[in-house]
Amino acid sequence: MIEVKELRRRFGPVVAVDGISFSVGKGQVLGLLGPNGAGKTTAMRMLACYIRPDSGTASVCGHDILQNPIEVRRSLGYLAENSPAYPEMTVGGFLNFICDVRQIKGKDRKTALDRIVPMCSIESVYHQTIETLSKGYKRRVGLAQALIHDPQVLILDEPTDGLDPNQKHDVRKLITEMGKDKCIVVSTHILEEVEAICSRTIIIARGKVLVDSTPKQLKEKHHASLDEIFRTITKMKTSVKCAV
Amino acid sequence: MNSFWAVFKRELKSYFATPLAYVFLVIFLFFAGYLTFSRQGFFEARQADMQPFFVNLPLLFIFMVPATAMRLWAEERKVGSIELLFTLPITITQAVIGKFLAAWAFLGIALALTFPMVITVAYLGDPDKGLIVTGYIGSFLMAGGFLAIGCFFSAVSKNQVIAFVLSVVACAVLVFAGMPTTLNYLSTFLPPGMVLAAKGISFQEHFESLQRGVVQFKDIAYFVFLIVGWVAACTVILDERKAS
Repeated sequence: MIEVKELRRRFGPVVAVDGISFSVGKGQVLGLLGPNGAGKTTAMRMLACYIRPDSGTASVCGHDILQNPIEVRRSLGYLAENSPAYPEMTVGGFLNFICDVRQIKGKDRKTALDRIVPMCSIESVYHQTIETLSKGYKRRVGLAQALIHDPQVLILDEPTDGLDPNQKHDVRKLITEMGKDKCIVVSTHILEEVEAICSRTIIIARGKVLVDSTPKQLKEKHHASLDEIFRTITKMKTSVKCAV
Repeated sequence: MNSFWAVFKRELKSYFATPLAYVFLVIFLFFAGYLTFSRQGFFEARQADMQPFFVNLPLLFIFMVPATAMRLWAEERKVGSIELLFTLPITITQAVIGKFLAAWAFLGIALALTFPMVITVAYLGDPDKGLIVTGYIGSFLMAGGFLAIGCFFSAVSKNQVIAFVLSVVACAVLVFAGMPTTLNYLSTFLPPGMVLAAKGISFQEHFESLQRGVVQFKDIAYFVFLIVGWVAACTVILDERKAS
């Protein structure tokens, strides 16, 4: 459902993404793992058609990110880092705005809201303004807007960053549940999260894919914890792509 | 509902969700009235016409319209909601037009709330209603022109104060370029053709024409080209800078 081919992007002299390629199918949860500044967010922003790649291409549900960006955005749900929203809006008003933009009307809208509000546990804050919410609730509202149109593809940028252990557990449980029949890409630098929810892992550093494997296969191959594997691979002087 | 109407509706509602709209409207209406009755000597003129009211508007708009426009894109970029907006299935053009029209509608509401002035003039005498209509049309178009400039500078800078200052300067140049004192000064060292050009690009020339009740194609075209040009420039700048 997601095909990425040699995406490249630089910002001035800084090469953020340097020729990454991977593919993700239905029922897979891909973890994009990497240190800060590795290029995870830039890669996700290109997939969500927020920024254009300098070269390379990708497709989401068969729609090319350069030729059909609107169709790509229609097919996927995207949760950006820090879950941006409009602070002066209420949660209900915000979700209705998202439905307006995604052209979910009438009975479909009511069904979508009735499904998503309990799924993301935001019933208690539905009439509260977003600026008054805690970080955990803001993240849940962000997830709700990404899921409201029931997309087949989800791209979640550090979805549990800054949440407390209980909130982390709830979000991971939701991702695992959805991962059964959706195609999900999650970026993180929390190694336990990769083990908890991801069926596949890509380790990115310095804009390049260093490893494309599964958490289990990585641990079996290197006979070490994911923490040690991550440190070894990302601190290597020359990047060597190891596909297992 | 077209996606752009969703942005329009959200944006217009957001003005009234915070004290912003009310503060702006009170200040605008206060100064519009104060300048008409006190500085322009409405009663002393002993004429039931709205000329003392309309003649203040360019100067008032130089400050009030950039104050409305400065938050249009600068705030989206600062809060991060621009990433949410441009990963929804909406084009940059639709979003820019939606926000611009919402701000213009808000300014239209501000102008509409000056209706007590019309009632006053109608009560005190027998004003030329056509002049009042063309005066309001000219004011609304001028507000749109200033707003388009403000919209551009709001996209140029993440900082609202910088966007405000740059818009005020640009709008002031376009207003004062047509003032008799400026034209007299320019005619001391510029050829007559260039002085005429300076007069032609000024707001004043075209607004005064509409105030006199003369609706000429060149005046409407001036405002239309001004608005379309600056809004198009805003779209281009946003596309370049949204991810920075």
